[in-house]
Amino acid sequence: MRLIDLSPPGNRVVTGTVLFTAEDIIRFARQFDPQPFHIDAEAAKDYVFGGLCASGWHTCAGWMKTYVAYWNAKVESLEREGLVAPKLGPSAGFKKLQWLKPVYAGDEITYSVEVVASRSLASRSGMHLNLTVNEGVNQKGELVMRYEGTVLEFD
Amino acid sequence: MIKPRYHFEDFTSGRSLPLAVRTVSAEEIVAFASEFDPQPMHLSKEAGKASILGGLSASGWHTASLFMRMMFDGWLSETASEGSPGIEFMEWKKPVLAGDTLSGTSTVSESRLLRSRPGIGLVKFLHEVRNQNGVAVMRGENPIMIRLRTPQEAQA
Repeated sequence: MRLIDLSPPGNRVVTGTVLFTAEDIIRFARQFDPQPFHIDAEAAKDYVFGGLCASGWHTCAGWMKTYVAYWNAKVESLEREGLVAPKLGPSAGFKKLQWLKPVYAGDEITYSVEVVASRSLASRSGMHLNLTVNEGVNQKGELVMRYEGTVLEFD
Repeated sequence: MIKPRYHFEDFTSGRSLPLAVRTVSAEEIVAFASEFDPQPMHLSKEAGKASILGGLSASGWHTASLFMRMMFDGWLSETASEGSPGIEFMEWKKPVLAGDTLSGTSTVSESRLLRSRPGIGLVKFLHEVRNQNGVAVMRGENPIMIRLRTPQEAQA
């Protein structure tokens, strides 16, 4: 079974929700992105974002976290039905990543994925490249993150 | 707010800034993956070797996050940054394996003032991260919002 048959274009799948606590935002940012507006609620008031908000990379990592959990559960359920799940590989990158709204402390982001296209690789037989549109929406229904992802698939 | 060294005016087209050098340990690869991307090739040496990536390899999001820190330590911490609206593209060109030592550069491709936010400009960078063999493992392009040193003069 190919991924695009399992989840055809037009079918947006919710992968899960992540709560961004101030503690998590600061812990991630201290490690990877210690700009003042990601580590200090007071200092953040002096910047464009206006409050403590998650590093954009933290927002992206949240998408991945929900996707892996969703996909593992999906593979299990397909196998229970006696079906062969698509064999997914790594990603070669992404395009047009937009951080549309800051993710503030206390925000809950619900993530989703939609497979929009798939093509077989001419250079490597038995391999396919899937294009996806990945999104995150906050508890007010505002789109906070969107990008076009890729994922390899093997026969 | 601390007084930054670099402002919008300093990021002229073609200027290249080094990223900080960073060695990536197996422990940090596994720690990041355990929290955000628990796929086998990011969690164990054996599964990594058996995968197309050829060894225990960092999640692409870990590579991106490490790049962020290398940029911060390299030049962004001294810059009047206001954050970024996004990434135009990012390519994970080669696996980042446990023990790799990463370095790289950010090069200014263009810059412009923001009409919507007086005193702030948008600087677009092409970033490249290389491993110890000089092989590019990650490339990306993104705009960063940066405050002007002298807003009035620059916009007059």
